[in-house]
Amino acid sequence: MNTITPPEYLPEPAHATRRFRSEKFDFWSFCFSGLTGLATLFIVGILAVILLNILYNGWGGFSWHFVSTIPKKDFFDIKTTGVLPMIVGTAFRVIVMTIFVIPVGVITAIYLTEYAPNSSIITRIIRAAVNNLAGVPSIVFGLFGLGFFINFVGKNLDKLLLNTDAVWGQPALIWASLTLAVMTLPVVIVATEESLKAIPPGLREASLALGATKLETILRIVLPQALPGIMTGGILAVSRAAGEVAPILFTGVAYYMASLPSHLSDQFMDLGYHVFVLSTQSPNIEQTRSLLYATVMTLLLLTFALNLVAILIRARVRKKLRALG
Amino acid sequence: MAEITLPKIAPQEQAAALPPGGEPFIQIENLSLYYGASKALKDISLNLGEKVVTAFIGPSGCGKSTLLRCFNRMNDLIDNVRIDGAIKIGGHDINTGDVDVIELRKRVGMVFQKSNPFPKSIFENVAYGLRLQGIKSKSDLDATVEQSLRNAAIWDEVKDRLSSSALGLSGGQQQRLCIARAIAIRPEIILMDEPASALDPIATARIEELIIELKKEFTIVIVTHNMQQAARISDYTAFFYIGELIEFDTTTRIFTNPAKRQTEDYVTGRFG
Repeated sequence: MNTITPPEYLPEPAHATRRFRSEKFDFWSFCFSGLTGLATLFIVGILAVILLNILYNGWGGFSWHFVSTIPKKDFFDIKTTGVLPMIVGTAFRVIVMTIFVIPVGVITAIYLTEYAPNSSIITRIIRAAVNNLAGVPSIVFGLFGLGFFINFVGKNLDKLLLNTDAVWGQPALIWASLTLAVMTLPVVIVATEESLKAIPPGLREASLALGATKLETILRIVLPQALPGIMTGGILAVSRAAGEVAPILFTGVAYYMASLPSHLSDQFMDLGYHVFVLSTQSPNIEQTRSLLYATVMTLLLLTFALNLVAILIRARVRKKLRALG
Repeated sequence: MAEITLPKIAPQEQAAALPPGGEPFIQIENLSLYYGASKALKDISLNLGEKVVTAFIGPSGCGKSTLLRCFNRMNDLIDNVRIDGAIKIGGHDINTGDVDVIELRKRVGMVFQKSNPFPKSIFENVAYGLRLQGIKSKSDLDATVEQSLRNAAIWDEVKDRLSSSALGLSGGQQQRLCIARAIAIRPEIILMDEPASALDPIATARIEELIIELKKEFTIVIVTHNMQQAARISDYTAFFYIGELIEFDTTTRIFTNPAKRQTEDYVTGRFG
């Protein structure tokens, strides 16, 4: 059989590229794919350097005793110190934040995607607000939490409900969690919106044509499909919030608490804040270094563990959706 | 020029196609529809009979699907749509404020051009409309689902895998499933928007057989690009062109002896 040759009327390739292109090897394509590979390697490399550095420096101070002990007021004694209250504080505030941010974020995203008319001015204002919220510096959230949640909401709650002084009108776990929820709201909203938009409109039409209301369509068809995307938003919010220190500085974190936090009105200790404390208050930086790194390692492990739980749940949800769909 | 074979409608059948007394089931009176400023449907007046198949034919963009979607008010979902005129089903104008759109859509079902089964099991797809109405009893659901799947001529193919995903079916099977889903809630009218256009000829033939069976129970309005299909399965045909109703008559007459020149040009393929 004759091999197929291109017809004569095709123009000759430009002179420069012709030099580097043959049937088997295209130099520029190779360069470009090489570049993308290098970029990937670079990112993975940086991550590896950071993680390995932390592991190397922190391994000495890290132990079961370390993560399970409530420390005395002296944080710098390697033998007696521990970070259990910080772990509990960080985990507690992240979980409470999730309880608030997911419902509010999902409902806002549902409104923006399913209900809001596209051209209305209100919709545009809401979208602008969400985008700008994402750009606010974390410390500003801290001040906001202090001014609004503690001084306004908290103090008024005290006046109305308890008629005493400061129970809610001072730094507390609930206010720190709410501040974090406001801060991570854009992340959840955007992730939910993306997953809602990914659902083909034909499904909604089919449901409506069978006599379902819009709400029934959302609850029975749209939301179950969007669940993995919503969980992704939750995972991103958790990852961001676990490491943030600035928003909790004025709203609930404490230098030292003798016991673990047990009420929403308690103050709490925090891993990120403890890193700051260790590095600025340390009498002997050489000695404290391994403690510092061990605390950071604990924070990373905690974030990883929280994410892992969420990822596993999301995988189970995805599998169930795929088996049925 | 292609040979168009026409169903032979005996004179008695023709008289039975319109309900006794000549009272039409669906009346469209001076209907105009605007997408923003542009007029998509221009002053349409039309009467459709009960338990017959009416086909809307015409070139792309002539407004047939838009008109079809008016019957179950799916155009409400689009911003910027305005409707003048009346559509009366059983004597009641469905565009007035006191009509419950949800109830309307339970009585006027729709099958879409691209089959859109829910990402649920086959059983749950058909049971969806029933569950919406509050039917919970397992025996009721089982019976109705089976009946609907039988009426949609797909029962034998799926009876052993009712709990498997509907998305695992072939295109033609999915479309028959969508038909089963639509007839499960026993609407009076079924609207079909080019139901077989995405299917191969064999699947198309099965859908067409199904439609001819279904018209014993339901009033069917079908939009189709395929003139031969319209000739095969419909009793009445309406020809549209750029938003206007050009001609409406029995299928036989439209395809053998149309009154308007434009209709004749279209059905003989001079333009399309």
